Amino acid sequence: MTAMLEVDGLGKRFGGFVALEGISLSVRAGERIGLIGPNGSGKSTLVNCICGTLRNEAGTVRFDGQLLDGATAHQRTRRGLARTFQLPRPFVSLSLADNLRIPLLYTVAARAGGHRSVSEIVQRCGDLLREVGLERKAARLPRELTQVEMRKLELARAMAAEPKLLIADESMAGLTHSEVEEILMLLNRLNEQGVTIILIEHIMRAVMSFSQRLVVLVSGRKIADGDPNVVMRDPEVERAYLGQ
Amino acid sequence: MRSDLFLIICLIVAGVVFAAAVLLGNDYYFFAGYVVLQYVVLSTAWNILGGYCGYVNFGSAAFFALGAYAAVAVHRFNPLPIPVLVLIGGVVSGIVGFGMGYLTLRLRGAFFAIATLALAVVLQTLVVNWEYVGGSRGAYIVRPEAIAPLGSYIRYLFLIMLLLAVGAITAARLIERSRLGYGFATIRDDELAAEASGVPTLRLKLIATTISGALMGMAGAPLPYYIGFLQPSSAFGLDYAVNSIAMPLIGGTTSWVGPLIGAVLLGSLQQIATVTISSAVNLLIVGFLLVGFVIIAPNGIIGLVHRYIRHQPDKLVGRRHVNIDAPGSTR
Repeated sequence: MTAMLEVDGLGKRFGGFVALEGISLSVRAGERIGLIGPNGSGKSTLVNCICGTLRNEAGTVRFDGQLLDGATAHQRTRRGLARTFQLPRPFVSLSLADNLRIPLLYTVAARAGGHRSVSEIVQRCGDLLREVGLERKAARLPRELTQVEMRKLELARAMAAEPKLLIADESMAGLTHSEVEEILMLLNRLNEQGVTIILIEHIMRAVMSFSQRLVVLVSGRKIADGDPNVVMRDPEVERAYLGQ
Repeated sequence: MRSDLFLIICLIVAGVVFAAAVLLGNDYYFFAGYVVLQYVVLSTAWNILGGYCGYVNFGSAAFFALGAYAAVAVHRFNPLPIPVLVLIGGVVSGIVGFGMGYLTLRLRGAFFAIATLALAVVLQTLVVNWEYVGGSRGAYIVRPEAIAPLGSYIRYLFLIMLLLAVGAITAARLIERSRLGYGFATIRDDELAAEASGVPTLRLKLIATTISGALMGMAGAPLPYYIGFLQPSSAFGLDYAVNSIAMPLIGGTTSWVGPLIGAVLLGSLQQIATVTISSAVNLLIVGFLLVGFVIIAPNGIIGLVHRYIRHQPDKLVGRRHVNIDAPGSTR
């Protein structure tokens, strides 16, 4: 299979602090990748570099065969690269339905053949909200939501962009057992529809059950990449997680 | 309501306003009304950038004055009809708005506001040193006594400003309900999330600064004919900058209705204060009202109204709920 995402030698510094160094990563179309690492290991920075929120100083990111150098965040989203934020960032003055309307208006409509009528957009917003179980709160504002619902909204907004690759940055933090299952089912369903998914997560149970491949970052470097069960037995990974 | 229907209703209201002013039979009402209408245009224009996008512009006076001085410059070269001057003023201020946006939109919050203030100072200095338009001495514009078929010239100016106000409000409402309006709202709420949802934030902000600047310039173009003698200190007056911020804030910033209500209320109040007390008391009134509103109704009059009809907040004005702390506030 062809590579959906190809990160090559990616490096990012904040002043003197090296956040990422020499990260190379290849993700095939349709794959489910788990990305783990201790706090501060550079997971979110990597996501930000891939999605164009931050500019990487070294290395390249290739998405769907095209080099992303210099492409802005919105251009990357339009090409099919969607993400959620670790801390949900809803549009606070817009209703839930309108929150989902934004990617439909600005991303889906910007693609060839993506134009939809107003009623189709309303319909699609409703469908997406139903998929994450928020349909009864369509007219509410984000501030009326619980943390869990906020994460679902975040996910729904990324899904609304109809991505080829979805990067879910800690979508499950703080969720209960059953809620984690719910989100996992949602992600699995998306994956079955052909969406490639990178899951960044601390909840190991979720990561292990979801991922076909596990990538481990420690202090800005990739230390392991492969079958989840093999990776978890890797002594270096054990050392990073459990200490010696 | 569809936009063409809305425009027709606006024009009918404008017609009634004009007829009423004629029936009152005193040209003073045209002089006073002109100022109020000018503020309707200015605050609506400010609100497109400040209210919809959340970027507070302290340099409204500069865009306004630029429109006025563009009119003076053209008038000295070759007098043209005022509607043409309005268009020229709009183009000049729109270009400057675009330029300002390009230079300053990487700044947020207070830093952006300070940059716009600096722009106003720079432009005023340039105009003071531009002899062709009178420099620091100012420029006289002799306006005709009367114009057919309206009668006195002030009626003509009033009518122009009335139509400009209708145009500005219609444009603001159109933006609010369009794809552009949704994009502006995401910029106000969270630019990172907006980019991640595919919103080209920089381009949208440039559109906002250009439209906002152009409308302010259009409002300024007839000014030389209104006051007859234009000097930098009056065109770049503090009143314009303060009022065009205060009026939307008092009315409410997330809908086109807010600046309209704010401008009509505050503008009329200032006109009444000018004749009954003194013209110097104007800014004092604005100051007190602004402090009062920040404490009692941070979301303006629209916010107050929404609070009283909370169970059906969408019915009265616009589509969106109004709940922002203040434009440009960072979260």
